[in-house]
Parts: sequence; C-alpha cells; structure tokens
Amino acid sequence: MTLSVTIDHRLGNFRLAAEFTADSGLTALFGRSGAGKTSVINVIAGLIRPDRGRVAIDGDVLTDTARRRFVPPHRRRIGYVFQEGRLFPHMTVRKNLLYGARFTAGPRNAGELDQIVGLLGIGELLARRPENLSGGEKQRVAIGRALLARPRVLVMDEPLASLDEARKGEILPYIERLRDEMRIPIVYVSHSIPEVARLATTLVVLSEGRVAAIGTPSEIMGRLDLFPLTGRVEAGAILNTRVTGLDARFGLSLLRAAAGELRVPRLDIPLGTALRVRIRARDVMIALAPPDGLSALNVLPGIVAEIGHADGPIVEIRLDCAGEPLIARLTRRSVETLALAPGRQVYAVIKSIAFDHHAFAGTISAAGADADADAG
Amino acid sequence: MGWLTDFSADELTAIRLSLWVAAWAMACSLPFGLAAAMLLARGRFWGKSLLNVIVHLPLVLPPVVTGYVLLLLFGRRGPLGQFFEHTIGLVFAFRWTGAALASAVMGFPLMVRAIRLSLDAVDRRLEDAAATLGASRIFVFLTVTLPLILPGILAGMILSFARSLGEFGATITFVSNIPGETQTLPTAIYVFTQVPGGDLGALRLTLVAVAISVIALFASEAVARRAARGAAQGGAA
Repeated sequence: MTLSVTIDHRLGNFRLAAEFTADSGLTALFGRSGAGKTSVINVIAGLIRPDRGRVAIDGDVLTDTARRRFVPPHRRRIGYVFQEGRLFPHMTVRKNLLYGARFTAGPRNAGELDQIVGLLGIGELLARRPENLSGGEKQRVAIGRALLARPRVLVMDEPLASLDEARKGEILPYIERLRDEMRIPIVYVSHSIPEVARLATTLVVLSEGRVAAIGTPSEIMGRLDLFPLTGRVEAGAILNTRVTGLDARFGLSLLRAAAGELRVPRLDIPLGTALRVRIRARDVMIALAPPDGLSALNVLPGIVAEIGHADGPIVEIRLDCAGEPLIARLTRRSVETLALAPGRQVYAVIKSIAFDHHAFAGTISAAGADADADAG
Repeated sequence: MGWLTDFSADELTAIRLSLWVAAWAMACSLPFGLAAAMLLARGRFWGKSLLNVIVHLPLVLPPVVTGYVLLLLFGRRGPLGQFFEHTIGLVFAFRWTGAALASAVMGFPLMVRAIRLSLDAVDRRLEDAAATLGASRIFVFLTVTLPLILPGILAGMILSFARSLGEFGATITFVSNIPGETQTLPTAIYVFTQVPGGDLGALRLTLVAVAISVIALFASEAVARRAARGAAQGGAA
C-alpha cells in the first residue's frame, strides 16, 4: 500500500506546502515544532480540510480539492495515535480498545484482540480505567485502539513526546515491531533525532511548511547542508553494520561496517543481526595517519568528501568511508592545521564509549549498550 | 407535634400537584434544553446571540411579565394556544399543563446553562479521536459526548425541578390559582397567609418546601462534584 500526499494549505500567516509518498514501513516526518508536521497528518486523517491538496491510498482518493472530494474522518480507516493518547476517560481499557472494532467490515476475528494485546503487552490493564494508567501504558493502549480499528495507514503524532526516557525505551521496541510486522504504511511525526534514526525507513524533513529533504535516515543524516534543520548537537551519520563477533575477555561486541570494524560495549544481540549505528559528529576525531599509541579502538579510513560551511569556530566535515558517509565536527583551526581538503585520505577515530544507548537503531533494543566499559 | 404532619386534603393536593407539575416541566424541557445547549455551545449560525438572549430572558424578566406573555401566546385565544388545542387537543389555559409550561419556561435558562457548561468542558479532541476510529458524528455524540456531559444534564434537571417548585409569579398570572388544578405549593402558601387562621397551614407547607429544596440542592451539589472529578479525568487522559 502506498499513501500519497499533496498539500497546499494556509493557516494564518503560515503556509504548508508539502508533497510526499509513504510505503509500508515507517515514514518519519521530522522537523522543529511549528514546521507543520501535525497539520500534515491531520490532513491525512481528514481532521483538516486543506485549501488545495490530494490524499490517496493506492487508488482510493480520500481528499481531492480539485474534484471536491472529501471523505470524512470516520470513513477513512486511518488509525491515529495522538500525542496525549486521548483515551476515553469513561471507558475501561478493554472498551477503549474495542471502540473502533464495531465499525470494521469483514468477519470479526476473535483472536485479533489477544494478538494485539500480546503485541503491546497490555493484557494486565484490560479492566482498568485510563486514569489509573502510567503515561507509557496509556500510549500503548492508544496504539492498540488504533490498530484494532484495522487501519489502512497508521499516523502517530509524537507518541513519545510526553514520556520520560525510561518510558520511551519501554515503547520504542513495540513501535519497531509494528513497523516490521504490520504491513501498513506508518507516518510518524517526531522532532527527536535519536527516535527517527532508530525507527524510520524513510525520513521526510519539514521546514517552515515545506519538504526540505526526503531520503533514508543515513542519506539525510549524512548531509551537512541539513544540519541547521536536523540540529547540530545530535547531528551525526548513520552506519549500517552487522554484528560479527564478541570479545568476551573485554566485554566488547564487534560490528562490521563497509569501512571497517567497530568495537563497542557488549550488545546482547545474536551474531549476524543488522544494526544501524548513529555516530555523532562530536564523537569523531580526525587523524592524518593511522594513529599509534592511542586508546581509542575504532579507526576507520576515509576520504574527505565535503567541508561544511563554517560560521564561528566549529566546522563539520563529511568523510566517505567506503561509500558510507561519516560526519566529524572539528574546530576551524584543526581543519586549517591539518590542511584538510576534499580528496584527502584521513582516519576517523571514535572512542568505544561514544556508543551509548542513543547510538543503536534498528531491530533491537540496545540493552546493555551503555554498560560500563573501559575507554579501550 | 401532630400539627406538623397533620396535612389537610387541600394541602396534600397542593404538594402532590407541585411535584407532578415540576416533574413534567423538567421532563418536557429536557430535549429542548439539550438541543439549545448544543446549538449555543457548538453551533455557528446567524442569530446565535439572539437565541442566547431568548433562552435567558425568563431569568431577568419579571415573572409576571413572562406569565402575561405566556397568557397572550398560549391562552385560549392566543395563536399557539389555539394551535395546540386544534392539533393535539392540548389546552394550557387554567390547567395544570399551563402550570407545567410556566415552570418549564422559568427553569429553562438554568437547565440550558448547566448542560452548556458541561459541553464546554468536554475535550473536543476525544471526539476527533472517536471519529478516526470510525464513529459517525451521531455515534460520537451518543458514546462519547453524552456520557461525558451526563453530570451536567443531571444538574440541569435538578435545577429545573427546583425552580419549578418555587415558581409563583408566572404561574399565577398565566393559569391563576385553582385548588386541585393549578394551585401549587407557593400559591397555596400565599393563600394561607391571606386568610385568618391560615398560619399553621402556611408553616407546614413552608417546611415541606424547605425540605424539598434542601434535598434538591444536596443532590445537585453531589452531581456537580462528580462532574468536576470527571472533567479532571478527561483533561488528564
């Protein structure tokens, strides 16, 4: 299934003009607050009727202002997980979950509730009322409620924004399972880099109501020109790796990337698992020769591909490490001292302890990733 | 203490009639009160402030004026009075139905206010959520909005009932003071105070009126507390 969206809509002084498509998998709408992310999914769900625009799932047109077509929200079958859950306070969790089920067509599958309750781990909560749930529990129930209405597309509006770090960690694996097990497009609104780096199959960057870039997370995160939008502090490239070994003596896992091998604090993941690793630009050092007598364990050879625009003392440079981008943040002084220029062969040095639980994305929760480890 | 419970037949009739009239006034104004509250809270239409003024008029007009307007409209020669008499055989003039109509009109603004306040407190985003789950607007109203405003509806009904029990000016102007037909508690008390030796009867009926009002106020207070709790939960969810 493919969701296609074209919007041109004015909200006061703000103009939203966006266009993108979302296939099965998770499409993250990323941008700062006020970028128009929530308005986009409200248009998809039919809660906003755009001035001009078109929303369609495969051939089924839900909104088409040119043809004066507008399907009301309740006939769209688009599941919506709201930032604040929006559970019905006067119903139990079970009744909340089954609210949308009575409107679904086709045979009622008795196992459906059990399956989704199992997927989200909310079996214990069924008899409770929303007022007696924690924030994380509320969000899981809200996800289950949306899924039980058998949506063709699931939209999620910052479902983790109101939760603390621990609760986020509790829900992220469930969203990963949704992405991998439900064969429907998911449109996921977020302004958190770690979240989208971990969850997204496609990243749509919104800025001031417009689509600034579309691509895979590694493509987008590897682009220096997008740093003002993606945020400098968390900025960093994503490497696609595979778990290849375990150094039991020192408690380190070995990851294989195209550019070379990485040693990171032990991960409890089976060998062979594909793993996305986000390496923040601030954690990368540059050497001109393979370093000797250095504590850092991870050295990846690469070629300087691009030197970013410097405003102030800091500058980002992009390396090409066997085809994958890696970003390093240096002082302008270092860039000059080392005479870095595009085409120059260098070595990127990354401390093993830079890989904390924010660094790992993909199919696993990085349990144990932030376990104590020597700096190597 | 025998004098306290020793009600005469006329007094008992007045008490029964008062409760009967108040119950009808409350029940019949409920659908209209709900509709008016919905229109005022949710509607966007021309003349909305005019509707608001009309609904609240009985609250500020002298009751005698309201009663006289009712007499003009719903009396035997009034346009609406003739309409109801000829279509469904319903006569208001000098009947208990007229007393119920006067009470309903006087209690109407209170009922609408209570329901409208609870409608304003409903989190509209819950209704959006229900729509994305597949519920049509009427179904959203029945399964989400109505349960959430139930405390407001109950409070409105109690207020309307209590107002009916106290209704005097509009009733006596519109349907006069006929024992067994339109003589309710307040008019009966008034009559007792106007005749020699009526003090005891007036006191008995006064105590009954006080008792009924106190019960109604406690009930409305309890409902309001529940409503406040419900709204807090709705906000947190």
